Amino acid sequence: MEFFLLLLTSGIAVGGVYALIALGFVLIYKATSIINFATGEFMMIGAYIFYSCTVLAGWPAIPSFLIVMAGAGLLGLLVEKTILRHMLGQPTISIIMVTIGLSSILMGLAEMIWSSQFKSFPALFPRAPIIIGDLIIRSNLFWGFVVAMVTVAIFALIFKYAKVGVAMRATAGDQLAAFSMGINVRSMFTLAWIFGSIAASIGGLIVGNIGGVQPNLGGIGLKIFPVVILGGLDSIGGAVLGGFIVGIVENLAGGYLDPLVGGGVKNVAPFVVLVIILMVRPYGLFGRKEIERL
Amino acid sequence: MAILEVNNLYLSFGGLQVLHDVSFSVNSGEIYAIIGPNGAGKTSILNCLGGFYHQQKGEIFFDGNNISHISPDRRAALGLARTFQNIALFRGMTVLDNIKLGAHAHLKTGLLGAALYWGPAHREEMALREELENEIIDFLEIEHIRKQPVGTLAYGLQKRVELARALAMQPKILLMDEPVAGMNAEETEDMVRFILDIQEERDLTIVIIEHDMRMIMDISDRIMVLNFGQKIAEGNPQEVQKHPEVLKAYLGEKREPR
Amino acid sequence: MRIGDFKESYAADEAVFSTTTSRFWLMVLFVLLAMFPFWAGEYLLYMANITGIAIVAALGLNILTGATGQISLGHAAFVGIGAYTSAILANRFGLPFLLCLPLAGLASAFFGVLVGAPSMRMKGLYLCITTLAAQVIFEFFFVHWESLTGGIRGLNITSPQIFGLDIGTEFGFYWVTLAVVVIAATVSRNIFRTRVGRAFIAIRDRDISAELMGINLFRYKLYAFATSSFLAGIAGCLWVNHLKSITPEHFPLHESIRFLAMIIVGGLGNILGAIYGAIFMTLIPEVLQTILKFFEGIFPQAMSFLFPLQTVVFGLLIVVFLVFEPHGLAEMWVRVKSYFRLWPFKH
Repeated sequence: MEFFLLLLTSGIAVGGVYALIALGFVLIYKATSIINFATGEFMMIGAYIFYSCTVLAGWPAIPSFLIVMAGAGLLGLLVEKTILRHMLGQPTISIIMVTIGLSSILMGLAEMIWSSQFKSFPALFPRAPIIIGDLIIRSNLFWGFVVAMVTVAIFALIFKYAKVGVAMRATAGDQLAAFSMGINVRSMFTLAWIFGSIAASIGGLIVGNIGGVQPNLGGIGLKIFPVVILGGLDSIGGAVLGGFIVGIVENLAGGYLDPLVGGGVKNVAPFVVLVIILMVRPYGLFGRKEIERL
Repeated sequence: MAILEVNNLYLSFGGLQVLHDVSFSVNSGEIYAIIGPNGAGKTSILNCLGGFYHQQKGEIFFDGNNISHISPDRRAALGLARTFQNIALFRGMTVLDNIKLGAHAHLKTGLLGAALYWGPAHREEMALREELENEIIDFLEIEHIRKQPVGTLAYGLQKRVELARALAMQPKILLMDEPVAGMNAEETEDMVRFILDIQEERDLTIVIIEHDMRMIMDISDRIMVLNFGQKIAEGNPQEVQKHPEVLKAYLGEKREPR
Repeated sequence: MRIGDFKESYAADEAVFSTTTSRFWLMVLFVLLAMFPFWAGEYLLYMANITGIAIVAALGLNILTGATGQISLGHAAFVGIGAYTSAILANRFGLPFLLCLPLAGLASAFFGVLVGAPSMRMKGLYLCITTLAAQVIFEFFFVHWESLTGGIRGLNITSPQIFGLDIGTEFGFYWVTLAVVVIAATVSRNIFRTRVGRAFIAIRDRDISAELMGINLFRYKLYAFATSSFLAGIAGCLWVNHLKSITPEHFPLHESIRFLAMIIVGGLGNILGAIYGAIFMTLIPEVLQTILKFFEGIFPQAMSFLFPLQTVVFGLLIVVFLVFEPHGLAEMWVRVKSYFRLWPFKH
């Protein structure tokens, strides 16, 4: 029973982090309908920027964190303005492939700048493990969860109440109508990429804090697909729910099945669950079936 | 003799009732028009007939068969063809390929036959080409654009290609959704001429949705008027033109002075 | 418009190589391809073989993704299934190469249908992610079903033979690869001359209208999955017989992405495009390697940049082609041809 609870809490904790990374994806998709396959790489760049600031330059954590946010925002801005601008109106496959190409570029550049060696940076959070009842949770996981949830909450509040958030939701709903209402749709796109990039990078910081940084850190970004498909591609709440589901499934499956098959279950289990759910509900748990007009 | 019979059709999307107890029948060989204000549900009827929308209640009989619940591709194979309000040509193909596609349900080549090609598949393709050229391409005067990708054609020609494709389906009934929308007087005349010629040569039944009143009154045998998803009138052009409900729907009611 | 293009029968009009000029160049191409192995060295033959294998796989993906519009991120897994099937049949049952080839194709086709069937109701991104799931799940089995696949060590096979002739050399294998490429390209072209190919394109362009025209979507999507995976399986069989060994590392997600890149850079839905794209994306890493070796004299550390540089260039090519030349190399080739056909006139 204890084992189960341990797996469950780890699952929830890591699920919170997945939710944050998925948020990076959802923010962009919500406003621009673009599927960003490079979300994982944005994550990775965020972690590397933090590494450079704290380890290579020796700066303290808080200013480094701010630089990460600025750097991520800049990256999102650049990507949107130079590449995605030109892809408006292109078919889905082209847009997916462009972001895949982008992920390759970022991964290669990261390796060229920082080499392929594993790097780590000083712990972000106090090291004392958190004790709840009989359970001991690693501090980096627990605090990472907290930071992730706080960030998601902040973004959710911005989206719900701040003027810019409402404007972005309007753009996501109907671009033409948003245009007519005086919303600068182009800026909304850029803003979406900036926000999405920042969200992903904070997720990258958390993940990097747990396990260090390598150019292929972005591989975790693949897991957000089960998360967003389960939670609905354009729902922030769904991303959170999806994150928890994936985190819990992953940990439970890994904990119980790994000894039977010799490992690797963690990475496969979310996808198996995904396929099963899609067979029953082809638009995901919360996705809306689009009524096509003829 | 009724070739198409629609009984008590109800269609809704969530809370939106699109069609409410619509019944009508179309006789073999006639030109039957469906008219009504925008949003009345005309295209939705065609979509139900085609099998794209699934009605909540109601039955559809075509050529003696109950097609209410069979899949769209099987309805097409039975001889139900259609053109679309917004042109639904396949942009990745030439005019000729689009038209050949219409004949899909009447061809037999399977995957293996296609892979091997020389032999039965080739013969089938050549026979198809010959038949299409003689029956349809010549008739609709589109020989000069056969090899062009459809995306490069003018609007009027695209509509004509769509008609050609529908004819390739060897239809027994042709459902046309606003065939002359967006056309000037000359183009409309051409299209009407084609429609009447087709109808006469092949003894085809035609169900047509249109807003061009002059055209509808000119060529239709019978007309059904739809408003807010309900049938409000049916009859020949003279009867429908004078019908009070129809006039109310199109022109509005006289408001009492305040 | 071609001048002097006069046909007297529909068959002549619809022929693939319909003019004397194109038939002439086709002959020239075949002669060059036949002479190639006699003057090319071991390295060039190796390159030709791996390019040929890539072409077969790309042709398969072109049918599913390029023509039918179903984005597949799992193509490498299907190539892997073909490779593993071929190796297992050769090792455990002693089946000769010529039998392994179609059987590998059928095994992949079977799994292709298995993946495609539940995906019937899914559209667009959801289908794409299902293929991603398939890729991840198959990779897992390649690694963990050790009794069958040899786990991370993979499988080795002995040099393949056809009727007693050893084809395990680069020279010998070249002829096999060439034959398979020609057959695969011909089959692809044939499919698009018939209603099956037209149905595929219709499904890509407007699947609802396609259904209303009488195309059974489920059946034809399955055909697309089956044909695509069949070709992938064939490519896999060639792969393992060429290298004589395979490991799960040969078929990761990145390889699926490489195949997608091939058909996009080449031109989606275009057979020639798939061929150009496969050649281009296979040769680029080699060209990069040659360039970096050249610079090694000046910057001794140049070679350590090879792998990440390849990654960056790979991504850059995809992005650049999609932004500037969305119809790919095939379109560029058409433009070049038109220019020369009209030269010295401009229009």
